[in-house]
Amino acid sequence: MASRGRASPDHPDSRGRASPDHPGNGRGTGSSTARAAVLGRIRAATRTEAAQPMTVPRDYATRSPLAGPAVTDRFAERVAEYRASVHRIAPGEVAERVVVLARERSARRIVVAPGVPEDWRPDGIELVADRSLASSVLDGIDGVLSGCALAIAETGTIVLDGTARSGRRALTLVPDWHACVVSADQVVGSVPEAIAGLREAATAGRPLTFVSGPSATSDIELRRVEGVHGPRRLDVLLVEG
Amino acid sequence: MKVGDPQLRRNLRAATRGIRQKRNAVVAEVEDWEELRVAGEAIKRDAMGRLDVLLEQLEDAVTRAGGKVHWARDAVEANAVIGDLVAGHDAREVVKVKSLTTDEIELNQALERRGITAIETDLAELIVQLSDDWPSHILVPAIHRNRSEIRDVFARELGLEGLSDDPEELTDAARRHLRQAFLRARVGVSGANFGIAETGTVGVVESEGNGRMCTTLPPVLITVMGIEKVLPAWRDLEVFLQLLPRSSTGERMNPYTSLWTGVSEDDGPGEFHLVLLDNGRTRVLADEVGRDALHCIRCSACLNVCPVYERVGGHAYGSIYPGPIGAILTPQLRGIPGDADELPWASSLCGACADVCPVKIDIPRLLVHLRSRVGGSDPALRLMGWAMAGRRRFEAAQLGRVPGMRTGIGLSAWTKGRDLPPPPRETFRQWWRRTRG
Repeated sequence: MASRGRASPDHPDSRGRASPDHPGNGRGTGSSTARAAVLGRIRAATRTEAAQPMTVPRDYATRSPLAGPAVTDRFAERVAEYRASVHRIAPGEVAERVVVLARERSARRIVVAPGVPEDWRPDGIELVADRSLASSVLDGIDGVLSGCALAIAETGTIVLDGTARSGRRALTLVPDWHACVVSADQVVGSVPEAIAGLREAATAGRPLTFVSGPSATSDIELRRVEGVHGPRRLDVLLVEG
Repeated sequence: MKVGDPQLRRNLRAATRGIRQKRNAVVAEVEDWEELRVAGEAIKRDAMGRLDVLLEQLEDAVTRAGGKVHWARDAVEANAVIGDLVAGHDAREVVKVKSLTTDEIELNQALERRGITAIETDLAELIVQLSDDWPSHILVPAIHRNRSEIRDVFARELGLEGLSDDPEELTDAARRHLRQAFLRARVGVSGANFGIAETGTVGVVESEGNGRMCTTLPPVLITVMGIEKVLPAWRDLEVFLQLLPRSSTGERMNPYTSLWTGVSEDDGPGEFHLVLLDNGRTRVLADEVGRDALHCIRCSACLNVCPVYERVGGHAYGSIYPGPIGAILTPQLRGIPGDADELPWASSLCGACADVCPVKIDIPRLLVHLRSRVGGSDPALRLMGWAMAGRRRFEAAQLGRVPGMRTGIGLSAWTKGRDLPPPPRETFRQWWRRTRG
């Protein structure tokens, strides 16, 4: 059993999948008694209930009242309030802006999500392709350039969905600087619009990460400190027009 | 925390007031807040009414997505499952995301007994763990510690000499200390804010990025989820991802929310285990009034508005779930009669908690209901109730004519871990005559 499903963090390729016959813990083996007992207790506790779903009143707003440029304006404003930086740029300007920002952030080597288009990739700094890089290797890289799945204006949130443009999760987590490109047509107004837009990704089993500003803590005397374990700097490149 | 420690009381008052103001500001800007609360309550009520069906659906969906589901009747069973999984991977340590559920089952201690070290990676939980302490707030577990105490703990336990007490410097020290742990860990352990029956998606809502680290980097992920955390549909997230961050940290959205469904090829853990935990929850479910306590999404808004919590702090509740929600949840989870029977009496029934609860739990109603269930209050509280029912009685107590009011009550469970404050020796009328107000 020790060798099954075991992998080293230095060799992500060797990650084993859980085997269906993994001993001692699947349903039908060790915990089947517990399963039957818990379900039995639930049925005993709820036996007076109809097992039919109750109607949930959804009288809340499912669409944002904002439309057009007001949506991207709101997004830019809300991201900035998290002390992330927002850069509103034209479509051809991504690569040059990344170089400028990389210099400001003292980033010399950055890893690039595999689906990042050619014209976003700048010359003048070292770009590293993600060939299943070990986390310890990512830890030695200064930054990451990615796109995203969508963004939410009301909350200033970007959502990464594990596709080639967003990159796998570790890519946008381990390096200390994250430059994320959002195009204006990816920005939705409200949280319900985002959840509707992500249904397909969830159904397909893709991992989703909601990012609202850089990581933060208020654990010491409730004083907010930006930058704990995730990237300490977040630059959002908002492409309009 | 002790009621008599004015510094700690000031810290706590400043802290709860700060969060309260932030919460009020971001709630006020949501025009449909009340409609969201109504929906949130209905989703939870619906889920509790057909919990068995939803859990089976969740189990199927997680299994289809390559995860494994385990069931645990109680803490001992859950800890055994997790311990076996960790030992089965020959791991001697695990990295942990802040999780009330794993605190509830005392997982760290159980792993320790098997020679496995659990490393808390949330900054406050790390502080609590390093100082061999106990969390005092759901959201900010080290709210009772100030910066110089934290610096001293880091110096002593992590060997980090020469640190200042600047929060930024302390945070940076924690980042460097934990980065190595994240990179080498072979097993991550988390709780869960939600489990979606429809899609098998499990979610963790957090701020620091330690949650992303623990759920992404180690090759094996074990998530412990109370059975009441199941939500029927993907769509339900549109309600809770609005209610939770605004009620909890007072932000429009928390910095990071991770949602994963089983395992994904070449992205994150190759092995995912979901442990579904009862540990008293079905007992709560069996009480048709009391079960509303299971709707709680652990935002901690009720703690921050509670006049009792603000004065006594989290430790006085003797449970990982303090404050108003703890007063209705803890006694039910542990069973009535039990060692938390006096908690429903720890309230003035002012109702502030019900007003802020994002899922509209009528906490005062549950407190009254549970008071009738636990059958009479503690002797010390009964005595206080008698003495405070009229001026003459209270004056008699002040003048030392009521036995027990100054000396305490031997049979009282309430006063075992708490003080019964003696009434002032001077009565109001005496004070008025002396000072003329």
